[in-house]
Amino acid sequence: MSKKADFVKFDKVDKSYDGKVLVVKDLNLDIEEGEFVTMLGPSGSGKTTCLMMLAGFETPTNGEIFLDNNPISNIPPHKRGIGMVFQNYALFPHMTVFENLAFPLKVRKMSQEDIEKKVDKALSMVSLGGFANRMPGQLSGGQQQRVAVARALVFDPAVVLMDEPLGALDKNLRESMQYEIKHIHESIGVTVVYVTHDQGEALTMSNRIAVFNDGKVQQLSSPDKLYEEPVNSFVAEFIGENNTFGGEVSEISNGTCKVKLEKGEIIANPISVKSVGEKTTVSIRPERALINPKDKMDNNQKGKIEEVIYHGDHTRVRLNLLGNSEFILKVPNSSQNLDIKLGNEINIGWNSHDARALDPK
Amino acid sequence: MSSETGKILTTDGIPLEESLKQAEKKNKIKAFLLVAPLLLFLIITYMIPIGDMFSRSIDDKMVTNMLPKTYKAMENWDGKELPSEEVFEAFYLDYKILVKNKTAGKLQTQLNYEKNGFKSVLKKLARKQKKFEEGNYKEQIMKVHKRWRNVEYWRAIKRRAPSYTYSKYLKGVDMYSNEDGKIVQVSEDRRIHRILWIRTVEVAFFVTLFCFLMAYPIAHLLATLPMKYSNLLMICVLLPFWTSLLVRTASWMILLQQQGIVNDFFVWTGLVADDNRPEMMYNKTGTYVAMTQILLPFMVLPLYSVMKTISPSLMRAGKSLGATPAVAFFKVYFPLTIPGIGAGCLLVFILAIGYYITPALVGGASGTLISNQIAYHMKSTLDWSFASAMGLMLLTGVLAIYWIYNKLVGVDNIKLG
Repeated sequence: MSKKADFVKFDKVDKSYDGKVLVVKDLNLDIEEGEFVTMLGPSGSGKTTCLMMLAGFETPTNGEIFLDNNPISNIPPHKRGIGMVFQNYALFPHMTVFENLAFPLKVRKMSQEDIEKKVDKALSMVSLGGFANRMPGQLSGGQQQRVAVARALVFDPAVVLMDEPLGALDKNLRESMQYEIKHIHESIGVTVVYVTHDQGEALTMSNRIAVFNDGKVQQLSSPDKLYEEPVNSFVAEFIGENNTFGGEVSEISNGTCKVKLEKGEIIANPISVKSVGEKTTVSIRPERALINPKDKMDNNQKGKIEEVIYHGDHTRVRLNLLGNSEFILKVPNSSQNLDIKLGNEINIGWNSHDARALDPK
Repeated sequence: MSSETGKILTTDGIPLEESLKQAEKKNKIKAFLLVAPLLLFLIITYMIPIGDMFSRSIDDKMVTNMLPKTYKAMENWDGKELPSEEVFEAFYLDYKILVKNKTAGKLQTQLNYEKNGFKSVLKKLARKQKKFEEGNYKEQIMKVHKRWRNVEYWRAIKRRAPSYTYSKYLKGVDMYSNEDGKIVQVSEDRRIHRILWIRTVEVAFFVTLFCFLMAYPIAHLLATLPMKYSNLLMICVLLPFWTSLLVRTASWMILLQQQGIVNDFFVWTGLVADDNRPEMMYNKTGTYVAMTQILLPFMVLPLYSVMKTISPSLMRAGKSLGATPAVAFFKVYFPLTIPGIGAGCLLVFILAIGYYITPALVGGASGTLISNQIAYHMKSTLDWSFASAMGLMLLTGVLAIYWIYNKLVGVDNIKLG
């Protein structure tokens, strides 16, 4: 079975609520069949609006959305066959779990026998086999969430949308639900479009992540690429932790560039700078900078320790480095790093490849 | 140790239960004192009047007190044949006192209710009894009027012996207890109360229905519109609430009368001819229109408070699961508003069933309700016991509706806001 690369397609979609501000600007997004795509971004970045347009609760101001090559802007939500999991579950409180799950099947006029079979299957998929006759109010938050997921899947929709479904759960439950949803996705192969503002959630669950900001997709790529190779400073800042230096390109050559800072100079990897004199923000992940590196690294600087915070498995060290007093290091807790003490001067090294010169902030 | 008694002790050795009681006592007294004024108020203004109403409605001591000796003598009378000399004598003595005190008229009226034609018989006796000689009163009384030989009249007196009666309640449903003590309906041309009861229930039902039909969309709008619009709409709903009931009813009179604004408008649009203006007031139409408008907020508010709590994502969920908007509404939204519908309908129905001012002003002859009849007996005929009886029947009806509602929907499901 060949998978369609543009099963869901946003084509030049704009959306404005008031005719003055565009919440979504020129959105182009292709989602492959069976893929798990997450829309990630801060609140107000337009990700939920995109989801609502796909579900049919909002209409695009301009552009078109295609589902399996059919334009769907003029199809009402109930005819789109898209399952949806809502932020606060949106289970029908006056129906039992069974009736909740049977609802989409009943409106499709399935026979009672088929309904029972499908509901049973869906409930066992989310391991809630014995809960069919409970009312939603009698279930815990995590169980309600599972019912909501089962309900969105029970009628075999082509696409399932999830709008911050785990937002109301506590941390442990949220993590176990992440794995559960991921496994369900893997086992039935449905296309999932997931919206969240939690980057950890996005990184664990998705095949690809679309990072939204200011109504635009900033980067669409796999979780590892997103983390390792952010294409602009917003993505670098938003995903994971990040040390930044603002400066000006003073020299650029084959794959490396020199960036002149207020105090000193560093060698960096030119990602979005082209020529000398451009302003840039250099981004380095905390775990890529090492203390007293054994291997030779092309950046070596001295920094003064300003704060040490113990985190159990690792220690976070805040340094004053090249005029940046917010430079963070993550040091694994082992006996090697005994000279990490407040006020000490230490040597820090990193490879120019890991120091990405991006657009200025 | 405490294991023998099975009681748990506190660290100081006092049984835990006692200690808890001691600790809670102060709070309980405080709580009681806080509600005490309201309790007192309710007892004085609600429980006592209802009790008084009830005793008034069944009170029938008047005749009993006027003929004490007669009723004592009648105790052994079986009512089949004419009573003995003893009863005649007792009646003569009682009646003599009444005539002397000039209260015989009341007895004549009361006994005439029981048996038509009693009044003239008693009046004649009042005149003749002055010349009675001592002894053999049976002969003397029977000589005054031949009807004294008729056992029916004595039975009529005996029927009024008990100090309590339910005859007012029977009268409320157009029935009475006849000479033989059987409960029968009054003749057809005099059955006015039953018509009023049916009309009252009918008006209350339709007013509730109209209120529901109009309030549901309003409440839905109120619950879903953005704040700045919904506040304005809420003021529009509540504005009539803040206006005097009389003013509102009077304004309906201005609007609905035959030369009124609504009729003028109909004529202007050519809907009706100028010489054929419909009567919209002093009949049921007027009662319906005015009462629906006046009671509307009582339906809107409970509905609104319930709809406010229904998450809009539920309707969306319904649609995303494949239900058409109509199906999503009836399967998802509507069932969730039932507590509000129940509360609103109960409130409006109960208010409507006892409504007085509006039907009195705009109802005319065909639009008056049972409460107007009660007021009529309170103010005009001064038959307070009958008014009380009908008031209590109304109250019982309301309680019955409440009970049925509780059985069907469950009072716990009511949400008044």
